[in-house]
Amino acid sequence: MLTGAIVAGVVFGLYFTLVGLGLNLVFGVMRIVNLAHGDFLMLGGITAWAMFSGFGFGPLVSAGLVILLFMAAGLPLYYLVIPRLLRSRDSEMLSLILFFGLSQMIEAVTTISIGATERSLPPRLLGVGPMVILGTRLPKAWIFSAAASAVAVLLVYLYLYRTRLGTLTRAVMVSRDEALATGIDLNFVSAMAFGISLALAGVAGVFAPFILGSITPNMGVAINITAFAVIVVGTLGNPLGTLLGGIIYGVSLMLMQTFLSSWANLLPNLLLIAVLLVRPEGLLGRKTRRA
Amino acid sequence: MRDTAREAGARHRRRVLLDGAIAAAVVIVMGVLRGVWSNELMLFNFIAFLALSQGLNIIYGFTGYLPFGYVGFYGAGAYGFSLVVMHLHASAMVGMAAAAGAALVLAVILLPLLRLSGAYFAIASMAAAQAVYEIVANPDLEAVTKGPYGVSLSEVFAPAFSYYVALGILALALALVVWLRNSRFGMALQAIRDDPVSAAMAGVSVVKGRTVAWILSALIAGLVGGVFAWHISVFYPDTAFDLSVSIFSTVFLLFGGATTLTGPLLGVFLLYGFYNVIGIAVPQYFQLAYGALIVLLVLFLPNGLVSLLTNRGIRVP
Repeated sequence: MLTGAIVAGVVFGLYFTLVGLGLNLVFGVMRIVNLAHGDFLMLGGITAWAMFSGFGFGPLVSAGLVILLFMAAGLPLYYLVIPRLLRSRDSEMLSLILFFGLSQMIEAVTTISIGATERSLPPRLLGVGPMVILGTRLPKAWIFSAAASAVAVLLVYLYLYRTRLGTLTRAVMVSRDEALATGIDLNFVSAMAFGISLALAGVAGVFAPFILGSITPNMGVAINITAFAVIVVGTLGNPLGTLLGGIIYGVSLMLMQTFLSSWANLLPNLLLIAVLLVRPEGLLGRKTRRA
Repeated sequence: MRDTAREAGARHRRRVLLDGAIAAAVVIVMGVLRGVWSNELMLFNFIAFLALSQGLNIIYGFTGYLPFGYVGFYGAGAYGFSLVVMHLHASAMVGMAAAAGAALVLAVILLPLLRLSGAYFAIASMAAAQAVYEIVANPDLEAVTKGPYGVSLSEVFAPAFSYYVALGILALALALVVWLRNSRFGMALQAIRDDPVSAAMAGVSVVKGRTVAWILSALIAGLVGGVFAWHISVFYPDTAFDLSVSIFSTVFLLFGGATTLTGPLLGVFLLYGFYNVIGIAVPQYFQLAYGALIVLLVLFLPNGLVSLLTNRGIRVP
């Protein structure tokens, strides 16, 4: 039972890494908190559902489509809102409020257009029957979603560490002012990071029906707390720390569900508060962040 | 030679009088309206949000901490009231004391959160409110809190009395804001908000100031939560810990303008009035409208409606 919980925890942890990764990328580059992250995830899930029920497309096709769509939506959204936000007195605080408003708009528009009912996708789309790992039987849909998450995380790693734009992005993360002084096009680098972040949220949304069970227009807030817990445990502004945060989160969630199931929903909240209070710089962080 | 000290004293008295007069007018109008208007629940909700947005004003307007989980204190108050009335069969006034007590205990437990700042504080307080909700609504605690199935307090139901108690709480919240705006302590808080290091250098006790503001703010929310439980008398944990309570209060406060007395009042009367006209029938359209309003506000008027005047050097009470 213990190994079972840990194996399932790692599988879930990979998925939660994907959920938090985009949020952390935006925080690292722009020092703003996208509180609408969970709502973009929800939109990704809705898109996957619409693609399947309308055209019979499977999740892989939807994922590709969602990446293109959300990248394309992210760039104009960035230029519309964020440069103005970053010029304000306290952009970190105001971003919280602004994206909260955006999250309300997304939730409202979704509810108006498709109603508040739960949507899900049949798990058989990602393979039938269980798969056995270390003596634990897990649904193929879970394994597949975790694998897709791992691929997405790997692609972000390659982008950040193996491309020129990624190097520039990391330079902006270290110091916005110095990056600007070096002649880096801050807005372009940030816009790309923002677009990638939305695409990551969208892909996480495509696999959400398989891991989380269903999609509802008001799921955003809960997802945000989870994503925030994951990236805070990992270290804010450090995309690779998110992997550690995701795995820790996934394993502790599964342990809670196995041994203390009715209290499992408390976990992200308590984990978040505990880490913020005990080690606000996150598990991998150096003592640089003002918190 | 001009007697500047006396002039300053007179100006200070005029300001206190004006602030006090506005506060008194609001309380009297809300009291009189009950006899005129038949929709008592709506008026009660107005009073609740007027008090909550001023309570939030105490912590956000004067210290810069924005607790997204402000509803946690409201829910703690509602359940503090309910538990005492349900299990001890206490009277409603004892229940109100328990509501205040529950919010104060929660505020003290959450005091370490004040070590965080900005977004971290906002999110951590939201997580804390969610954690309290998860505990209260847990089916395993059904014997104590009735879990997710909600509480019924018909034995103390008293709509008229509880309405006037709510009015008293509103008066308390307004009085606190008037005091903070016109006192040395309130000035010290604003100094801490603007520059904690310099304030500490000037001899202001940063930790003490923030702690007092945090506790006062929590107290208001707890009392409003308690009187809500009393007035409504049947409710579910989803209602008592509804994040929209935090959201509405925050939007009303920001829309009007924090740190002022009139800002949050304007926010509640305009926006909540608007909500009652169109929002109840079509909540999603209202949600869309206030989402858009928040976005536009942050981008174009981050200091609220009153900043239209204060930017021109006009003092707004």
